[in-house]
Amino acid sequence: MIGSFPKLLSATVITLKLLSLSLFFGLFIGLFFAILRMNKNPIVNKFAYGYSYIFRGTPLLVQIFIIYFGLGQIEYLRSTFLWVILKEPYWCAIIAFALNTGAYTSEILRSAFQTIKPGLIEAGKSLGIPNKVIFYKIQIPIAIKQSLPAYGNEIILMLKGTSLASTVTLMDLTGVAKYIISTTFKPIEVFIVAGGIYLFMTFCVHNLIKFLEKKYGFQT
Amino acid sequence: MELLAFGKTGWGDELFYATLMTLAVSITAMLIGFFFALIFTPLKLSKHKSLNLIGNFYTTVIRGVPELLVIYLFFFGGSGAIMFVASMFGYYEYIEINAFITGSFAIGIISGAYSTEVFRGAIQSIDKGQFEASKVLGIKKHIQFYKIILPQMLRLAIPNLSNVWQITLKDTSLISVTGLVEIMRQSYIAAGSTRDPLFFYSFAAVLYLLLTYLSMKLINKLEIKYSRGF
Repeated sequence: MIGSFPKLLSATVITLKLLSLSLFFGLFIGLFFAILRMNKNPIVNKFAYGYSYIFRGTPLLVQIFIIYFGLGQIEYLRSTFLWVILKEPYWCAIIAFALNTGAYTSEILRSAFQTIKPGLIEAGKSLGIPNKVIFYKIQIPIAIKQSLPAYGNEIILMLKGTSLASTVTLMDLTGVAKYIISTTFKPIEVFIVAGGIYLFMTFCVHNLIKFLEKKYGFQT
Repeated sequence: MELLAFGKTGWGDELFYATLMTLAVSITAMLIGFFFALIFTPLKLSKHKSLNLIGNFYTTVIRGVPELLVIYLFFFGGSGAIMFVASMFGYYEYIEINAFITGSFAIGIISGAYSTEVFRGAIQSIDKGQFEASKVLGIKKHIQFYKIILPQMLRLAIPNLSNVWQITLKDTSLISVTGLVEIMRQSYIAAGSTRDPLFFYSFAAVLYLLLTYLSMKLINKLEIKYSRGF
């Protein structure tokens, strides 16, 4: 039990890398699709809705498998520079995670944008502030504050989601835990250690979000 | 399209049965989850600190640990645990548990943690006056629960339970690592033998979308039924 601890800790680094990179890209994807969702053009709107519906309605495992096993089948892709990225399981996992968390994030941000009181935007307009500045300086900061609790949940879901990277040969925390279980056949001990590490990370995320909420939250 | 033909030439019938298997595992897991929720919701709502702690421990641990890790625990540890119990009764043969049972039990425990939170939230949001009024009227405890609390609670719980159902349905794809032939596993087999992973995994995604879409339709009907009068 003690012997497996260093191995699991070094695997935690990969889990954290996967998590931070996919959250980083996912946030941009989410923001992009949230803006599309608020577009008045029905085609753009439907496209963004379809994106989030498909990614939220199918298991993450399917998404990873399509990207890792499926895309390699397209001959054309193999000849482009994209193949440099797509042949690596690491990047495939990150692409899948980012697209998945992007879909959830877009829903979180959309509902946050919609709860902004129209009076705030009107006030900005009557002060003669340009639309772009209203969006960046008024709408986005408020939306980020509004969506903090829901986004915290999404981070925790994504942290658990990174465990699926082990299905495409990546040795993340779950991957190493499975390897140790199958070689030593001590499932309960390994589960306690690996689960403890995950719980500790969830605990940290939970408290970080709580802290941010206190610091940046406001009463509306 | 001939890849999806029924019979020996295509994978249509295999995928159809796999879809049924996914549904069967999801429903079993959901029911096991309800059973766990039935035990742990009262613990979480209990006034005793120690009982509270047990309830909180269950929901926190299960919701903070990846589903895949829980499945590995059951897959590798399940038969060991059963054999340990059996050995206390003097039975030392090797016992292998069916993948369906381990899988639905693992997913059931996960789904149960989410259901517990949903039920706890629903009961807590019922007006205290309802409990007090029924007490004043001298209604017995279990009748109070079945006739007064439960109907009100269901109305509040159903929208959130539909989320739990979606999570459970999607989590069953993870059981494929244990070799149970559900949608994901069947697609994996089909993709391996036809060398066409893109088609089969995309088709699996379509099947999951279909399942989530249809179940949402059904749950919306239930929601309307239970929220009549509001």
